[in-house]
Amino acid sequence: MSTSVPQAPATTQASSADTAKVQKPKRKRRKFSPWGVVAWIVGLGFFFPVFWMVLTAFKQEVDAYTTTPKFFFVPTLDEFKAVFDQGVGTALLNSLFATTVSTILVLALGVPAAFALSLRPVRKTQDALFFFMSTKMLPVVAAIIPLYVIVSNIGLLDNIWALIILYTSMNLPIAVWMMRSFFLEVPGELLEAASLDGASTWRAVREVILPLVSPGIAATALICVIFAWNEFFFAVNLTAVQAQTMPVFLVGFIAGEGLYWAKLCAAATMAALPVVLAGWVAQNKLVRGLSFGAIK
Amino acid sequence: MATITYKNASCIYESSDKLAVDSLNLDIDDGEFVVLVGPSGSGKSTALRMLAGLEDIDEGSIEIGGKDMVGVPSKDRDIAMVFQNYALYPNKTVAENMGFALKLRGVSADERRKKVEEAAKMLDLTEHLDRKPAKLSGGQRQRVAMGRAIVREPQVFCMDEPLSNLDAKLRVQTRTEIAALQRRLGTTTVYVTHDQVEAMTMGDRVAVLRNGKLQQFASPTELYDKPANAFVAGFIGSPAMNLMTAPIVADGVRIGENSTLELERDQLTQLHDAGLKEVTAGVRPEDLELSDSGGIEVIVDLVEDLGSEAYLYTHAGPGVTLVARSLPRAPAKLADTVRLRRQSGGVVHLFNPQTGERIG
Repeated sequence: MSTSVPQAPATTQASSADTAKVQKPKRKRRKFSPWGVVAWIVGLGFFFPVFWMVLTAFKQEVDAYTTTPKFFFVPTLDEFKAVFDQGVGTALLNSLFATTVSTILVLALGVPAAFALSLRPVRKTQDALFFFMSTKMLPVVAAIIPLYVIVSNIGLLDNIWALIILYTSMNLPIAVWMMRSFFLEVPGELLEAASLDGASTWRAVREVILPLVSPGIAATALICVIFAWNEFFFAVNLTAVQAQTMPVFLVGFIAGEGLYWAKLCAAATMAALPVVLAGWVAQNKLVRGLSFGAIK
Repeated sequence: MATITYKNASCIYESSDKLAVDSLNLDIDDGEFVVLVGPSGSGKSTALRMLAGLEDIDEGSIEIGGKDMVGVPSKDRDIAMVFQNYALYPNKTVAENMGFALKLRGVSADERRKKVEEAAKMLDLTEHLDRKPAKLSGGQRQRVAMGRAIVREPQVFCMDEPLSNLDAKLRVQTRTEIAALQRRLGTTTVYVTHDQVEAMTMGDRVAVLRNGKLQQFASPTELYDKPANAFVAGFIGSPAMNLMTAPIVADGVRIGENSTLELERDQLTQLHDAGLKEVTAGVRPEDLELSDSGGIEVIVDLVEDLGSEAYLYTHAGPGVTLVARSLPRAPAKLADTVRLRRQSGGVVHLFNPQTGERIG
């Protein structure tokens, strides 16, 4: 009895695996899939504007404005030079500084919060989570005047630290929610095992929990970087020359008269580059995914 | 190595006023293997987690080696625990998993390696030391979890259903291995299981819990021979003891329409002294046998022939079921009417039908 029972499903499984093996290469070889075409169209649709932006960045202003778009031309770095002459350095540094510092702050505050709200549930966890989310419910536009007054009163107008504080608070709720869901995937028993092994909570989190959630933290950090880097509304209202960030700098190229497309594209390409790089760096971490082999 | 004492230890469920563990008293000797057993929700895991410091001791106290553990964090209790899901650190290799506690204690890398290799040899894990837990089979993971506990040489081993994720065959094999290992190391061990076979085979003594309350704390044979109440009687032994609440007649208890389960004279005297009209009588399947005349008339509902022995599932009237062990290739067939009687040397256990307590 006891031996025949497990055998029966095992043989059916094996045979179904065999048939799957036979079918698979057939399907792979040449099966026209309409969804594949849709995927390609959507993919190209997303990619083309970016491609066109990069292409235009290497054109002369005159070439950028031709009514029949030019795909072949003599590439030039003139527009990049012009962008540098306009002082892109300050804007780039400001953006870099605001993004990096705010993301570090978000992680420094968000990781402990996410830990407390997942593996070590505190009282009123749900209320705390809702409170975090509720801060995102007010449209930013509605808050900009009081914010402006406050920032002005504490003397931080046109100061990058004003943006750092705002970006940190803007990203923190999302980061806590995101990281909490990653922490929830970690079995609580690991913490208990570590504490029985003699680890303090800090040590257990650092040596056992953090390595497991690091892909999640990387994903969260990437989102924060993107949001902070692309933020425009606060930056345009609260900064002028000294603390202006890349998005504000970009808008400066949209002139009332004269040709500016190529220059704008060159600046935009430079603005996009760091985010692409950050995404590429984080990708390795993201793809590796969460591995919880020891459980089950 | 240490003694463990539960003194009226209680734990209250967070969400309710109900006691998960209700004034538990246990005295566990140094080096003893004690099994906590009970159905789910009986508080056995909570009792273990209180010992390990993973659950608060809300009332009473627990002492390890004479030292009160109330308020002492897990990491300072010198306890090693084997979890049901093993809780191995997925990002560490087998060797790192086993050596983590020593590393935290500041043991040098050389000595750590020596101890880990020693334990790995004992558990047949030597060739897997550099692998991550994800690459191991269930049985190997279980052994790593054991190894992690052994390497530390703690005062106490806590084991929370460590075999429940293994398949039946491996479970039986590992069961004997763990018991043998514990005897060799001589470390005081508290082991939680819902499986009464594990409890009977592994424990020096077994504590049966139900609804957070201790029912009986005794050696496996005593639990089997002299269950303290009807619950323990029904829980220990497989198939379970036949328990019937029935009216008392002149020479025994009435079963079904007109059959009588005969009792010894001193048992009848005890029942008379207790002034009971009814009693809960318990007979183990292995204490019943088929007979030609007398005994209890029953109708066979099912015959389970296991090869070495057979079990007859019968009923003697509405709601009165009886299981009896018989020789294999039992002559009885489905829907047969047969007679069962107590074997010579077989025991009828008597319990108070209201309180469930043992009589005599």
